[in-house]
Formats: sequence, C-alpha cells, structure tokens
Amino acid sequence: MRLNAQEICLCLLLLFALVFNLGVAHAQDQAEAHYKTYCWQCHGMTGDGMGINIPDMSVQPRDHTDKKEMSARSDEELFTAIKEGGRAIGKSILMPAWEGILSDKEIHDLVRYLRKLCDC
Amino acid sequence: MNVTWKSTGSLIGTGILLILSLTSTSMALDGKAIIDKQCVQCHEVDKAGPETLEAFWARKGPNLSYAGNKYKQVWLEQWLTAPKRIRPAGMFYGNHIEPGDTRDQVIESSLVQHVVLEKEEAKAVAKTLMNLKSKSELIEVGAYKPGTISLSMGDLLFVKFRGCSSCHRIQEDYGGVSGPEVYTAAERLQEDYVVSFLRDPQAWSPFNFMPQYRLKESDIQKFVHYFRAMSGETK
Repeated sequence: MRLNAQEICLCLLLLFALVFNLGVAHAQDQAEAHYKTYCWQCHGMTGDGMGINIPDMSVQPRDHTDKKEMSARSDEELFTAIKEGGRAIGKSILMPAWEGILSDKEIHDLVRYLRKLCDC
Repeated sequence: MNVTWKSTGSLIGTGILLILSLTSTSMALDGKAIIDKQCVQCHEVDKAGPETLEAFWARKGPNLSYAGNKYKQVWLEQWLTAPKRIRPAGMFYGNHIEPGDTRDQVIESSLVQHVVLEKEEAKAVAKTLMNLKSKSELIEVGAYKPGTISLSMGDLLFVKFRGCSSCHRIQEDYGGVSGPEVYTAAERLQEDYVVSFLRDPQAWSPFNFMPQYRLKESDIQKFVHYFRAMSGETK
C-alpha cells in the first residue's frame, strides 16, 4: 500500500497531535505532583486554603478554588508569587519563593494547574 | 582430688559462659549488623537520595548516608532508645493527611513508630552512623560561630520576618507540622550542618520542600543561635 502526499500529511498531523497531547498531559501530571509536594501543606489537598499548617499562621493561605479572588490575579502575578514569594506581589511573606526548586516552565505549568483548580 | 576436679569443672564452665556472654555482647554491639537488619528498610545509608519526586514521597526515614555530618552522637544514642517523632505529620506529610471538617488533618494511625533500641545497641548504632559521611564537601568546619540571641529576637526573626513557623514547630504545640520541629534542632543537629543546610538545602537533596531563602550569612548564624537558645544552650 502506498500513501499519497495528502495521507502522509494527515498521518504526520495526527502524530504531532498525539505527541503534543502526551506532552500536555505529562506537564499537567507534573504540576499536580508539584502542587501535592509543595502546596498542599498550606493550601490544602483540594486547594481550598485549608492545609495542615494553617492553625498558627498569621495570614491564611489563598483559597485556590475561589473563582472570584483567583480571577482578580493575572497569570503573571501568580507566576511571580510562586517564583519570588508573596512579598514580590505585595502579599504575605508566609508564601515562600520556590525559585531554585521549580523551573520557570514548572511554575508556568503550576499556574495553569491553579487555573484548573479555580476554573477561571 | 575430687575437689580439684570440681573446681576445674566450675572454672571451665565459668569460662564457657564468659566466652558465650562476650560473643553475644560483641554481636549486639555490631552497629553495622543492627543497621543492616533494622534500619535499611526505611533509611538509605549507602547513597545520597532520593533521586525522584516519587522516591521522595515514598521515603520512610531520613537519608543516613551523611548521618555523621548531620547528627550529634549523644543525641542519636539517647533518641534511639526512646524515639519521639520529629516531623509531626510524618516524613512526607502528603502520605498522612486527609481532608477534615475545618482543614486537612493528620491521620495519626498512618504514622509509623520508630523501632526502639536497647542502650548498648543504640550506642553501637550511633557510633557506626557517625562514620557515614557522604557529602562532606558541603560541610565547612567551624562555619558556625558561637553566639547568642534572645528568644524573643529569635522568635521575631523566625516567625515574623521569615515565616518559618508556618512549617516548623517552635514549641510542642505551636507552629506548622509538615516540617521537622526546630525546638529540638540544637540537640539533634551539628551546628555546621545547619549552617550548610540553610545556605543551600537542595545541595543536600534536590527533593525536599525547604525553600531556598537565600539568607544572609548573619541571619543563618542567628538562626543557629536561636535553635541553641531554644534548647537552653547559651554558650
């Protein structure tokens, strides 16, 4: 069986879509794993801000499921808050900087994951 | 004659008992044998790790390959005879929590108790552990310069300025539970190790959830003064 040019293009397109989707899925899984590792402790297992560390915290962690609050923050602000810490966007010092542990790409993926949590 | 035989027999008997007793004691005192038998299931002892996030989650105890650079021998000896949890929510808190009514809760029943050693076993194990010194290149001997800080100033630095108590307990009933308690840090940890760890936590392990605070050297010294002050060590 010989494929014509159109069929070859279609196959390549499908292959590209498959690889792209696998990449996106992997990034999402990784972001979820990072959220579990670093964020659950304060922001909670469901992202509602009710983590195990909150009883003695002077400022309560952001509820990542709060659509209204989260919609008010741009992706850039969220990226900066994760990378450089809360103080970098005029928020609490209790949010540490994760630069040096997470790469810029991983932080961008985390921002995307936050958008999924707040559905916003 | 009879009496001589009896005496000889009793002497030989005592000798055999003594040899048996010495043999069993020396076996019990073989720190490496105890570690191989009782510790390696939960602790890495021959290589620095973990090397993946999944391995980090699965960790049941701290890496001991650099125990000799990290712990104080006296503390190890005591703690191993009466172990008390240092991380209130377990090695990786994510394995031991569940959503609760008001916030996530630690599942106490999921936390595993550390094995308890007899005093002589603990001494032998501690001695052997002190010989495990991977990552020695990260230790600068004498990096910690003894000094003092008042508890109130230490609290201010640790709690207010840096927010460290979000994850670390500074008292048995105050602070976060995901990280190790710090009010016993000075009893447990060598000061030069703490300085090195605070300078670059990820140099010891890329997978730990201690952020890179990029602390000033003077603040690092103050943190160690503070840990010592909490343990009543003021000199």
